[in-house]
Parts: sequence; structure tokens; C-alpha cells
Amino acid sequence: MSGPASGGASDPVGPEASSATGRELGHGAVELVFREEYGRIVASLTRRFGDLDLAEDAAAEALAVALERWPVDGVPANPGAWLVTTAGNRALDRLRRESRRETKQEAAVMLHDDTPHAPTGPIEDDRLRLIFTCCHPALAPEARVALTLRLLGGLSVAEIAEGFLVPETTMAQRITRAKRKIAAAHIPFRVPAEADLPERLGAVHAVLYLIFNEGYLATSGVSTRDDLAVEAVRLARLLHGLLPDDVETAGLLALLLLTEARRPSRFGSDGALVPLGEQDRGGWHRELIDEGHALVRTCLRVGRPGRYQLLAAINAVHTDAPSGADTAWDQIVQLYDQLVALDPSPVVRLNRAVAVGEVDGPDVALADVERIGLTTYHPWHVVRAELLRRLGRGAEARGSYDAALALIDNPGEVLYLTRRRDQLAGPPAESSSARENPLP
Amino acid sequence: MPQFMLSVHHDPAEDERMGAMTPEEMQPIFEAVDAFNTALQADGAWVFAGGLQPIEASTCVDNTGESSIVTDGPFSESKEYLGGFWIIEAADLDTALAWAARGSRACQGKVEVRPFQGE
Repeated sequence: MSGPASGGASDPVGPEASSATGRELGHGAVELVFREEYGRIVASLTRRFGDLDLAEDAAAEALAVALERWPVDGVPANPGAWLVTTAGNRALDRLRRESRRETKQEAAVMLHDDTPHAPTGPIEDDRLRLIFTCCHPALAPEARVALTLRLLGGLSVAEIAEGFLVPETTMAQRITRAKRKIAAAHIPFRVPAEADLPERLGAVHAVLYLIFNEGYLATSGVSTRDDLAVEAVRLARLLHGLLPDDVETAGLLALLLLTEARRPSRFGSDGALVPLGEQDRGGWHRELIDEGHALVRTCLRVGRPGRYQLLAAINAVHTDAPSGADTAWDQIVQLYDQLVALDPSPVVRLNRAVAVGEVDGPDVALADVERIGLTTYHPWHVVRAELLRRLGRGAEARGSYDAALALIDNPGEVLYLTRRRDQLAGPPAESSSARENPLP
Repeated sequence: MPQFMLSVHHDPAEDERMGAMTPEEMQPIFEAVDAFNTALQADGAWVFAGGLQPIEASTCVDNTGESSIVTDGPFSESKEYLGGFWIIEAADLDTALAWAARGSRACQGKVEVRPFQGE
């Protein structure tokens, strides 16, 4: 990197920028590399200059240079390092140009932590610092999600706004406000102290899981937002790479992989949701499943189960079964028992009831479900409907499907549940569930 | 180093419970707050702190118009009001939040952490 005295736009030259000359390179390819490296660029510059806005602006300038130069000069041998260096030089240029240099450097002191961490402490990586800044508990949860996708994921504001169905201006304001709070409230750019790490990491996991879930089963409009799910997997992989010894992070990654692996079979050709038991298991991503299973085995060896590890283990049992009918439901009930001990929330107990229904029968499960009584949560109605259906109580099942449908706006799910309801003959008033009832 | 205000807001919903507390019951809280103050001073984080008289003792002055107008009572109609505060120095928000957690435990009240403007 050229020294600060050289002045001018000092982009890296030399061997690292001269390879692959003449290769055909479209904007799309450059932008793909840029997005992949965006978090690294922003994190590195934020550590150096202590200013998120400066880091983002310089990253955008580096992209502009890459779009101009790479198609002509070829892609540098190490595109990430090239982008970081170029963006760093652009940031320095900008600081020199601006009379606000002193202010900027003071801002750097506010955000940047110089104190060396104990060598045995958490692994240092600028992106790890950035993750903890983006997911700081002093920020509103929706701001944490937006910042993580923007600063680490490199998604554009427009993409994030689309992902969460809010106007772009709203999302831009949300991100600007969050960045302003980071600076004004002195939210640090560092890995939390060891004592705070489990809790702070829990906040990071929650953000990634939320991004994934919104992608996996969108709350409205379209059935899935694949880009959000893919992004969550990428960020979980990054976090696992940065904290390889943290078993809950491994558990979260496994959970996302084992869920994501089933995506190709989750919707039928007509767009209707296909429940797990009826999915074409040949369509599942085998590589993702193998990777997820390996992570679950690692977690089991460590033997410190947490929420995400248990959810991953449950999904490992599902993805291990050659067919829905071969699922080891007794194992799943045992895992849910452990999960309920950690987190006795109604949603966890509802999921446990589904597994109980497979082991102890629908009547036992229905009693559990009635006790849980989550009437504003559509899966509660769906589970209830399925159990009532198995018990031959068609009219009541119908009512439960209707109650579920009234709460949702996901096209694939609406189609599936409507069809499921309509298979039950007759209007809800009549007791005409005989055709559905397997008993003579 | 950045400065933060750690403020404790008096909640009228708590009036009854607090009013019913005997001096013997209050004593451990006073002691805990004293210990917290001592810890702040020992660490060098202490700038200033104080507890405020009840809101009935407040008076408003408005000299934005032609003449200064003095009125009885608080500025805001809000039911909650500032009961006391600490002003501390901390390297960053995480450090300030850790102090706030100790302060909240000591005074048995919610603590709001707010940074001062620079310069």
C-alpha cells in the first residue's frame, strides 16, 4: 500500500493487479466479487478509520474503480485484498480532501478499540467486530437485521427493503438512524468481553435465524425469498468460520443447512406447500445435508446442547429418514423434551406436540395442543386441524383450517391449506366428515 | 473519554410500593447505592451524581418571550420524571451499559443510558 505522503488516487498496481489480462468480464461478475468481499472491505476500513459511512463510501468507490479496471486489466489475483487496498486508499484520499479530517479521526477514536485483546481471547477478525456492532442489543431488532444485511451481506438498501416489504426510503432511514446511533451512543467496534460473549452471540444468532426464516417462509406476498435464506446461510458460515469452537454457532449453521437443503422439494409444481412427510426426498440437496449432519455430530461430541443445536439435531433426524414414514419420531420427542427444558415457550411445546402425535397418537397430542392455546399463531391451528382430522372430527378440523387461513398471506401455504380443508367434505355446519374418516 | 448520563426515572406506579417501605427496608438500597458510587470513584468513571427532590419541588422558568414567566410544577406532563442520575466516563457503550446494570441493581430502578454530545 502506498504511503500517505504519495497523494492522489493511489490504487494498487503491480503483480497482484496484472493477472488474467483480457478476460471477458461483465459487470455482474465484478459485482458478485464485490458483494462477496463487501463485509471484509467495510469491516477493515471501519477498524482503520472508525467511520461506517466513510467505509461504505470508499467501498462504493472501489467498486467503481474495479468496474472500470478489471474488464481491461483482468481480475487481480486476490480480488478481496485489491478491493480492501483500493477502498483504503480512496478513504485516505477523501480524508485528505476533506477539511473534516480531524473530526473524522476523532470519530475513529470513538468507535475503534486499540486495546489489545488477550491472546487467549476470542479470535480477532474485523468482520467479527462488525457483526457484533451490527447486532448490538442497543439497536432495535429490525435495525440489527437491516445493518447486518447491508454492511456484512453487501445487499443494497433496495434489496433489503424488498426482502422485508417496506418502502426503500423507510429502509434507508432505518439504516441511517442505526448508523447514527452507533456513532452517537459509542457502540463499540469490537468483540465483546468473554463474560458477555454468550449473550451477545445469542443476539447475533437471533438476527441470522430471523433473516433465514423470513427467506424460508415469507410472511406475505411470495412464498419464499430465496436470496435472504441464501444470505443467512452465507453469514452463518462466515460466523462459524470466525468462531469454529462455538458449538451453538455450529448448531445454527447446521440448522440452516438442513432446512435449506429441503428447499427444492418444499413447493409443488403448482406452487402449493408440500409438507415434510410428503416431500420428494430425492430432490433434497445431499451436500448440504451431509455438511449439516457432520456439524450435528461435532456438536454431539462436545455435548453442550443449546437451542440451535437441538433444533439442528431434530432436523438431522428428519433428513436422515429415507421416507416420512421412517422418521424416528421417538428421538424427535426426546430432543424436544430437552429443548422444552431450555425454552418452555408455547411454540416449542407446539412443535413437541406434533412429534407426540406421531408417537402416542393424535388424542394425546390434541390434549397438549388445547392446553397450549396459541390462537393467534397460525401453525397452532394447522396442527390442531391435522390432529382433529386424524381423529375423524372433520367439521372441527375444517374450522381450524379456516382459522389458520385467516391468519396467513403466504401463497404456497394458502394453496396447500385450502386444498387440505376442501378434501374434508361438506360445509362446517354439517357433520359430514365420514368420507375423511377412515373408520367405516 | 465519552461521558454518559445514567438516569433513574421515578415511576408513579411504584409510589405505593415505595411509600410502604420502612426505613429498615430502604437501608439496603442506600447501602448498595453507596457501594456503587464508591466503585465508580475507585474506577475513575465517576464524574457527578445526585438524587433529586420530588417533582412537587420543581419550578419552571420560561424566558423565551418578552418577560420571564415562573410557574409551579414540572416542564412536562409526563407521569414519569427524573429521580436521580449519575454522570460517568466510559470508553464505549458496552462499558457504560455494564455500569448501568450495576446501578440498576443497586437502586432497584430502571436506568436509562444516554451519551453526552462531544466537544
